[in-house]
Amino acid sequence: MGIWRDIKGTLLPFWITLGYLFTKPATIQYPEEKRTPPPRYRARIVLTRDPDGNERCVACHLCSAACPVDCISMQAAETEDGRRYAAWFRINFARCIFCGLCAEACPTLAIQMTPDYEICNRDPLSLVQEKEDLLIDGCGKDEEYNFYRHSGIGVVNPRGGNEDENAPVNPKALVP
Amino acid sequence: MSDLLLNLALILVKLGLIFAVILSMAAYLVLAERKILGRMQLRHGPNRLGPFGLIQPVADVIKLITKEDFVPDQSDKWLFLFAPGLTALTALLSFVVVPFSPPLAIFGRELPMVVCDLNIGLLYFLGISSLGVYGVVIGGWASNSKYSLLGAIRSLGQLLSYELSMGLALIPVVLTAKSFSLTDIVMSQADWPNLVRHPLAFLIFLVSIAAESKRTPFDMPEAENEIVGGFHTEYSGMRFGLFFVGEYINLVILGSMLTVLFLGGWHGPLLPPIVWFSLKVLFVAFCFIWARGTMPRLRYDQLMHLGWKVLIPLALLNLLVTAAVLLALKG
Repeated sequence: MGIWRDIKGTLLPFWITLGYLFTKPATIQYPEEKRTPPPRYRARIVLTRDPDGNERCVACHLCSAACPVDCISMQAAETEDGRRYAAWFRINFARCIFCGLCAEACPTLAIQMTPDYEICNRDPLSLVQEKEDLLIDGCGKDEEYNFYRHSGIGVVNPRGGNEDENAPVNPKALVP
Repeated sequence: MSDLLLNLALILVKLGLIFAVILSMAAYLVLAERKILGRMQLRHGPNRLGPFGLIQPVADVIKLITKEDFVPDQSDKWLFLFAPGLTALTALLSFVVVPFSPPLAIFGRELPMVVCDLNIGLLYFLGISSLGVYGVVIGGWASNSKYSLLGAIRSLGQLLSYELSMGLALIPVVLTAKSFSLTDIVMSQADWPNLVRHPLAFLIFLVSIAAESKRTPFDMPEAENEIVGGFHTEYSGMRFGLFFVGEYINLVILGSMLTVLFLGGWHGPLLPPIVWFSLKVLFVAFCFIWARGTMPRLRYDQLMHLGWKVLIPLALLNLLVTAAVLLALKG
């Protein structure tokens, strides 16, 4: 019966919207209610330190090369013992698209994404953050990793002296 | 002489009261609509300004007043400026004949609780409500924009489709009340509201006033997503606000007409008459908002089809049957 179907089709939606009227809204009222983002949420970028408390960043420029919007820039420098570090390190959060490619590219786990998403600002210039703003005291997501204890030039241990390394081979010894 | 002056003063006082009540009611209907629609879509609606967003209408008015009052270059300037006023004015004028409470006896005088109890109140309402379309049509025409013109044409076509069935649905009511005066019509519903006596006429009138109010499912003249707001596309600031507020005043008027004609006006147990009247009006307004949250928009030709091929024959049939029954009862 066409007409009964039409009447049902007209009246049933009213019942449904009335039901929704008495359902709790799905809205999260942001400034008052905040959702806890998951731990792997990609928001503000930080520079972490290794377990010894030294900077992890070796200024290899891989993050700035990986960055699709070119928002990371730095200047490499070297200490007396040959350890590389960034003389200055700058992230322009006004350009950053929080894609996480920099954190993926980082060989030393220095640059990491955090769930701190509240970095909106009326002044775009204040979103350009320097190394002092980016560097944190902790290790971030990996509490143990220390680049120089696994590879690299002899900063912590003599060259090739780490546990999972072999001593450097003398190429002249390989000559037949 | 003093009698005349007193009557005049009373009418002015009643006018002022109604003006204030209707305007604030319209403002808060906007808020109520936004809140109810929001809740139906699992949102909160406006809730930032004051408790439950109760100051929102004030903010809206301030925003509308401080906006630029833009007049398009190629428009018919005077008609363009005049049209929104016409819409709001005709909407307000209708309320003159609506009785919202039985006559009150004060100081030994009988004080009718209606601004002006015309003996042809119903005809007056029908006439004024048709005039209201002129605001829309003139506004749409004077804007000199294709969308506005389309909206104006649609509202005219809509008027032609619903007006006849609306008038025809009211004749059974007049037949039973034996009067065109709205007060008499309410009096005639003392034991049974007309909703029970004329259910078919009630349904036809309900659909017709839904079309008259230009709201979903019959909001083709505005149709934001087809013709960019229709007749008020070119309007900005408080002129748009007048169209907007006119729509909500119209909602109150149509709600009170439905109450007066079919829902028994101020009649009801326990509560005082004026409370019953307001409750019924608010309930009708809620139903309109509810329908807006529920129904999709009809197509232009679907409304014409509904009006001419369904509502008018039904209304005529209903009129015939009612008249025959009344004649048989009398004879």
